[in-house]
Amino acid sequence: MSATDTQVKQNSSGQAVTDAGILAWRTLKRIPRTPDMLIYATIQPIMFVLLFAYVFGNAIPIPGFPGPRAYREFLMAGIFAQTMAFAVASASVGLADDMAKGLIDRFRSLPMARSAVIAGRVIGDVVFNAFVMLVMVICGFIVGWRWHKGFGQALAAFAILLLFAFAMLWVGALIGLSVSSAEVAASAGLIWLFPLTFLSNAFVPTPNLPSGLQPIAEWNPISSIVAACRHLFGNPSPFASPDGFPAQHPVWLSLIWCTAIIAVFAPLAVRKYRSSTAH
Amino acid sequence: MAPNHSPAGIQEGAAGMAAIEATGLVKTFRTRKTTVKALDGIDLEVPEGSVLGLLGPNGAGKTTAVRVLTTLMAPDAGTARVLGHDVVKEADTVRALVGLSGQYAAVDELLTGRENLWMFGRLYQLSSQQAKQRAEELLDTFDLTDTADRILKTYSGGMRRRLDLAGSLIAHPKVLFLDEPTTGLDPRSRLDLWQIIRDRVSEGVTILLTTQYLEEADELADSIVVVDHGSVIARGTADELKNKVGGERIEVIVQDQDETYRALELLTAALEVTDPEATTLDKHSKRLTLPAPGGSSALVEVIRTLDGAGIRIADIGLRRPTLDDVFLTLTGHAADNVEPVSDEAAGKPAGKKVEA
Repeated sequence: MSATDTQVKQNSSGQAVTDAGILAWRTLKRIPRTPDMLIYATIQPIMFVLLFAYVFGNAIPIPGFPGPRAYREFLMAGIFAQTMAFAVASASVGLADDMAKGLIDRFRSLPMARSAVIAGRVIGDVVFNAFVMLVMVICGFIVGWRWHKGFGQALAAFAILLLFAFAMLWVGALIGLSVSSAEVAASAGLIWLFPLTFLSNAFVPTPNLPSGLQPIAEWNPISSIVAACRHLFGNPSPFASPDGFPAQHPVWLSLIWCTAIIAVFAPLAVRKYRSSTAH
Repeated sequence: MAPNHSPAGIQEGAAGMAAIEATGLVKTFRTRKTTVKALDGIDLEVPEGSVLGLLGPNGAGKTTAVRVLTTLMAPDAGTARVLGHDVVKEADTVRALVGLSGQYAAVDELLTGRENLWMFGRLYQLSSQQAKQRAEELLDTFDLTDTADRILKTYSGGMRRRLDLAGSLIAHPKVLFLDEPTTGLDPRSRLDLWQIIRDRVSEGVTILLTTQYLEEADELADSIVVVDHGSVIARGTADELKNKVGGERIEVIVQDQDETYRALELLTAALEVTDPEATTLDKHSKRLTLPAPGGSSALVEVIRTLDGAGIRIADIGLRRPTLDDVFLTLTGHAADNVEPVSDEAAGKPAGKKVEA
């Protein structure tokens, strides 16, 4: 075959970044145009803060931290992590919808980087989640939550939360590309998150749990994120086994979990994308 | 060696090469219960600058063929080249050279027309400025400038389809794949879209068009390939295919249902029809058709015969065979039959196979 002048440049890493950026732009452009989704994504965490802070808060004692404000200090890291975990749904629904509507076919027919469709979705959603987190931080301040170790450490906690959202979005991407419709993607993306978030230290201190569940709850990836944040914010962080690895090295464990999730699910999602077909 | 119409043709490898060339394409889909051969050894050749109509009912394999040719899906067997480039081994090159407009308008509903075209332009690796400029040109060409800043949710089906087609033209493709471009459109939008397609043809673009509408293939395509159950069952120009089912026919609708049989008997004799299979009678609609080798003189003969016998005529006409007749003759079922075909039927097509 003779060389062609019209031969496009092969996918370089620079192109992959540009293409992902364009699709992240697309993801973000769409958000204000789906007000119901925007409202749902911001109202739900606010509702959780208010319900837990004022309804359950008085009924859940924090071992070692007496006083009415202790639960609110304890709660916020849990709400943050839960909200980041639920980012799964935006990726799974978004990609399933693109697939059903034929947009994935269109993207696959273009001379663009193969990784860009998922990467664009994930990056756009991380940016959106940063916005949601800002709303929650304000909400947290209103109910009396504070960080106590300085802004730098708080910033590190927010970075870990966004890294966790990033990791969970790859899980969502895999789900979205594996199911048949956006409706299935919504339930498949969310249903397993409820046991995962409630069987953690997010809302109930692990010492209050039945002893059989304590190790599961303390090694749970969500618990590791929550514990890392509580550590960095200087919020109450009781453990059933205070000498265990999760209690001693919460930040390290959270980073290990995020890395592991990304290492497993990102390649799976990209592979699924390459072989996916719309009909 | 065929003449090369495209001035830029030298870039596309050997001169005179077919723009689209497929040999022995096979693609099988397996689900839990069934195995469907969507493509069962299809050969295609589309000369540069021409329009090929790929015609067939739902599930015939048209979309699968387009998906293979546009690199969305690798064939299980066979090879395909677009402008000389292998669709599997040189997929990236093929993607940069072709445009695809799908059956379901694949545009982002929540972006505006202008944003959609800009995004696709960027993904075709244009700079931001180039993409902006190209979007304006296409919006203008497709008469979408006034609605360019509305999100697509508010577009009509015809506008959305035009935008989709515009998206496939961003990189000035020399080969365009249109998968059922007018399915579901109202007649007015269909005519608009046909004009847009004709304009591309006059620019020398090679087009492969799939359609269920025989009229559409007749209207736009230089040559037609009829597929059913993943195989080519006929190919040729519209006229060649029509000649396969014979010449003109007379269609008579009589006033009185009880007289349809007598009318058919009289006319079979009067027109000296020797093959009773060549005539049709539908008692319910009081319609009979017969071959009319003499054209309008046969028409006079029919009127005279029926008038002499006192049979009143509700309607009469001479009609050329349509591609519907072609399809019925070839496959034994009408082209607009959208009922899913059972597995048994898929194994043995009802109609006779015709080699072109």
